[in-house]
Amino acid sequence: MASIDIANIRKSYGIHPVLHGIDLAIKDGEFVVLVGPSGCGKSTLLRMIAGLEAVTDGEIRIDGKRVNDLAPKDRDIAMVFQSYALYPHMSVAKNMSYSLRLRKTAKDRIASVVAGAASKLGLDPLMERRPKALSGGQRQRVAMGRAIVREPKAFLFDEPLSNLDARLREQMRAEIKKLHQDLGATSIYVTHDQIEAMTLADRIVAMHGGIIQQVGSPLELYDNPANLFVAGFIGSPGMNFFEGRYMVTGDTASFALTGGIVLPLGGTANLQDGSRATLGIRPEHVVLGADGPDVMKASVDLVEPTGFGIIVHLKLGPVAFKAFTLDRRFLGMHGEVDVRLPVENLHFFNDAGKKV
Amino acid sequence: MTGKRIVSILAHRLAIIAYVVFALFPLYWLLKVSVTPNKLLYSEGIKMWPSRTSFEHFDFVLKHSEFPTFFKNSLIVSGSTAIIVTVLASLAGYAMSRFSFRGKYWIVTLMLLTQMFPLVMLVAPIFKILSPLGLTNSLTGLVIVYTAFNVPFATFLMQSFFDGIPKDLEEAAMIDGATQFVAFRQIILPLTLPGIAATLGFVFTAAWSELLFSLMLISGNDSATFPVGLLSFVSKFSVDFGQMMAAGVMALIPACLFFLLIQRYLVQGLTAGAVKG
Repeated sequence: MASIDIANIRKSYGIHPVLHGIDLAIKDGEFVVLVGPSGCGKSTLLRMIAGLEAVTDGEIRIDGKRVNDLAPKDRDIAMVFQSYALYPHMSVAKNMSYSLRLRKTAKDRIASVVAGAASKLGLDPLMERRPKALSGGQRQRVAMGRAIVREPKAFLFDEPLSNLDARLREQMRAEIKKLHQDLGATSIYVTHDQIEAMTLADRIVAMHGGIIQQVGSPLELYDNPANLFVAGFIGSPGMNFFEGRYMVTGDTASFALTGGIVLPLGGTANLQDGSRATLGIRPEHVVLGADGPDVMKASVDLVEPTGFGIIVHLKLGPVAFKAFTLDRRFLGMHGEVDVRLPVENLHFFNDAGKKV
Repeated sequence: MTGKRIVSILAHRLAIIAYVVFALFPLYWLLKVSVTPNKLLYSEGIKMWPSRTSFEHFDFVLKHSEFPTFFKNSLIVSGSTAIIVTVLASLAGYAMSRFSFRGKYWIVTLMLLTQMFPLVMLVAPIFKILSPLGLTNSLTGLVIVYTAFNVPFATFLMQSFFDGIPKDLEEAAMIDGATQFVAFRQIILPLTLPGIAATLGFVFTAAWSELLFSLMLISGNDSATFPVGLLSFVSKFSVDFGQMMAAGVMALIPACLFFLLIQRYLVQGLTAGAVKG
């Protein structure tokens, strides 16, 4: 196991910069998830750590040792690919033992390590099969088995569950978490699925446009997003945003939406009177059927039951937003409803998109 | 089943049969003439099968003509060319498929350009080049010329096979501890066997039936390949069709054997199950 330090890493393809100076210190045994939309540079960063992409500038250290110019085989890391990348002409057992055979490990040691990994992953009855005779979930397990027999310094996962169906993904997600708890291996996991990021990570690294937007525990990112991007990316259904102007009248503040509607805030925020801002609130924090001085009337546009709860699509004049509730009384709702946006759950972002 | 459907199926099958007959008829005629005794060849008129068959032509070709020498020469030239071209094309095709390097575009363009000239144009200059080197009238010279002409196309062929193999596989192997060359040899090459078989087959047949260069570069019977040798059955006053056809039938054997040997790889989709799909 090892720590991984990334210092001011840059990557360009020709004149096109992809990563703009990434700094990240990953502790020994930590599970870090790189999350972000397609093209944000998360896979490129992972492949640079693996040694599959050259580093344009900056430094990568594994266990304190600079690895920028080391070949992948000399970095002692294992990687699980989205496509599984199993060797089709080899049996499951041969696939799993390939790295050990390349290292000329003793035969009986290979046999015991592979058997151990196979039983851990429930692959024992499949050892003589070729990859084409396996289901998607089984193939993904073999890919993980191939990684764990090595006992590498770190595990890299490149969207390993993206090719699986929803139910299998959930199951494999739990298996990966369990595996990490058992092995305690330093892991870097790339995904665009924020649920995977939330459930697996010790720390999430949210990336966008080749820049780290925020690093923190899953709940830190959820409860206290550093900027508009993180606020919108983490959470499902996503956070509601209202653009407008923050106004103070005496003791209370209000928020004038761009459409002319004024939201009473029932408290004050750390903003200058009259400044332009974006207000954010998570759907589950929107209170439906509220009463009090700061309620507004919103019209119900659509009601989506998810089974677990209900997503209500609402409109304040031309501005659309969503509320999430567990209260089934709102299932048959139509017409108008009283809503309240509690000030303690509001997030304000300044003109530059930064949280204030 | 309706009458209309029966008619359409019947028409379909008939079309297929017509095509197969059309394609195979010359081969059948080759076989038929080769077993027709000389006496019946011109006296019987056009018959689908002679009233009496004999193997006298085969006997003559094997025992009294230089055909065994031609056959051996062809085997050496075609076999060597096929092997050399496939090795070169595999390495070049892999490089074209996986690496980006300076001048790649121009190399591809030049290789494509070599395929655009009619070979006849090049016979004289090639003779001029090979003659002072002592490579005319030699099998080595033929192998060099055939290799030069087949490498570009074979490279494109191999490149397309390599392109079909996911890059993830060799990346996985490199992370598992292989160098790029070991990944190529142990992971990629075994998966390219169908491509290698197709390239071997293609180059072997091309060299086996090549006439123009062997006719121009080889003068004596000692180094003649079999297509040139077939012409020795044409004399000033007559053509010995029976013997020529018998030689032709025997010349088909190695090509058939070769394809039988590699057909397992040609039809097998070895990459199945490698990645999602």
